[in-house]
Amino acid sequence: MAEIKKVASKKPALKKTAERKPVVIVDGVHVIYKVYASGKRVTRGQGKNGIFSKTSNLREVHAVKGVSFTVYEGESIGIIGSNGSGKSTLLRAISGLTPIDGGSIYAIARPTLLGVGGALLPNISGERNILLGGMAMGESRKEMQGAVDEIAKFAGLEEFIDLPMRTYSSGMAARLKFAIAAHRDHDILIVDEALSVGDKQFQNRSEARMRQLRENAGTVFLVSHAMESILETCNRVIWLEKGLIRMDGEPKKVVAAYSKYMEEISE
Amino acid sequence: MSQENLAAYAAEHGLKRMGARPSFFNYLAETWQRRDFAVALSTFSNEAANARNRLGKWWNILLPTIQAATYGLIFGVILGSSRPHNFLPFLFTGVFLFSFMSGSFYSGASSITSNSGLVRSLSFPRALLPISTVITQFVNLLPQIGILLVTLLIIQQQITWGWLALIPILFLMTMFSAGLAMIAARLTAQVRDLSKLLPFVTRIFFYISGIFFSVDKVLANHPDIYAFVKWNPVYDFIEIARGALVEGYTMETDIWIACVVWAVVTFVFGSIFFWKAEEEYGRD
Repeated sequence: MAEIKKVASKKPALKKTAERKPVVIVDGVHVIYKVYASGKRVTRGQGKNGIFSKTSNLREVHAVKGVSFTVYEGESIGIIGSNGSGKSTLLRAISGLTPIDGGSIYAIARPTLLGVGGALLPNISGERNILLGGMAMGESRKEMQGAVDEIAKFAGLEEFIDLPMRTYSSGMAARLKFAIAAHRDHDILIVDEALSVGDKQFQNRSEARMRQLRENAGTVFLVSHAMESILETCNRVIWLEKGLIRMDGEPKKVVAAYSKYMEEISE
Repeated sequence: MSQENLAAYAAEHGLKRMGARPSFFNYLAETWQRRDFAVALSTFSNEAANARNRLGKWWNILLPTIQAATYGLIFGVILGSSRPHNFLPFLFTGVFLFSFMSGSFYSGASSITSNSGLVRSLSFPRALLPISTVITQFVNLLPQIGILLVTLLIIQQQITWGWLALIPILFLMTMFSAGLAMIAARLTAQVRDLSKLLPFVTRIFFYISGIFFSVDKVLANHPDIYAFVKWNPVYDFIEIARGALVEGYTMETDIWIACVVWAVVTFVFGSIFFWKAEEEYGRD
């Protein structure tokens, strides 16, 4: 909780927002992955040897180390940070897909996360993935059948919609997943890197759709390494580094500080 | 703000705690509301699995027929004169119904791990995954029931009222299998090693449940062991189905009671057991 107070006292502008309606509250959240590691580590750490010690190669990765912030209605949050800084883990935790190991998360509705990486069901056609994805989110089969063409068109995949999803390139799969999630309004939509894989035309279309979602009183979280996309769609940016918040505020300021930092460490 | 204040502030604005699993009844309601999804997932996965075979879904009928014929041939010869009465209908009932239960257990166990793409991308009640595999098993059972009834008709030359009892029996068996699938799904999702043991578990039940021999005949001289073995649910379901279908076998009241109890208890325990770990299934 100290974290929120600190931020609030630093930024008097945010204090006025107290009457604004909170949508997501993230309070001191920790996420620790337990992973079975194999091979040698570059850095030395804990871990005992021995055949019978079951935890001999069980490693703990502390991915998010106590992150707190509050998101208010009408905000659209960009999350930036270098690879492995805990961005995706934090958003997966907010959406409830990854269990948290400390702290608490409150939200107005269950957020919809749109993750990168792979197909939904690789052996099933794009069209049927659309049906299943929508039905998993709680829509009826009829509604989804009516929406298939529109979603395929948005993703620019009309030609390939009858092919199994395993045949899609990673860009095509990400486009389809974004189109499935974004075809209806969400209270909270979390988009994880989905846009950076698409081509320019698709990026413009999806940025427009995200602004539209925000105007319909939805909250959008966007993780991206494309600073243009962040500046285009977000009105607040959180910079994560090594599982902690490094900066939180005005997009231009945070992006500028982040770019400067990236330049410094790459030198 | 302290923890309590924050919770109150969140509640005041209608925010709900995330990551916390929904209450059991909300969970059931949410699962029921998305039943269409479980059915569609089952149909689509089944079709996709068959799409690469030339004979496609005909395998759903061919495979059990070949299986039953093989068992009939092998056990028929091995067992010789100690074959149970009315052997072919006896064996087919056992093999087909057993494959439904063991199939549900087996595919339920891998339902979370084999749909990891879906689990990682979207949030929905995970119980839909094991339930969807039970739907697949049930749909695959139907042609086998068809083969069974045709066999019965050829050998016994009559249709009896007892056949109607198959409907409640299948209903109870499906409840039992859904419970099994959910238990297996949670166990293997949390302890991967268990998936190595599953084939042995199904094998053991295949041999002790009297699929190809008559348990009460074998244990005729050991009533105390039989009194114990009688409560094996797999045996109960197969025994009651034989009583309904196969000439020379009867449906005993105590087996009926055992079937109802097993179905309800396994289903209720399975759903609670699965729901208790709902937020854990996202972990890789």
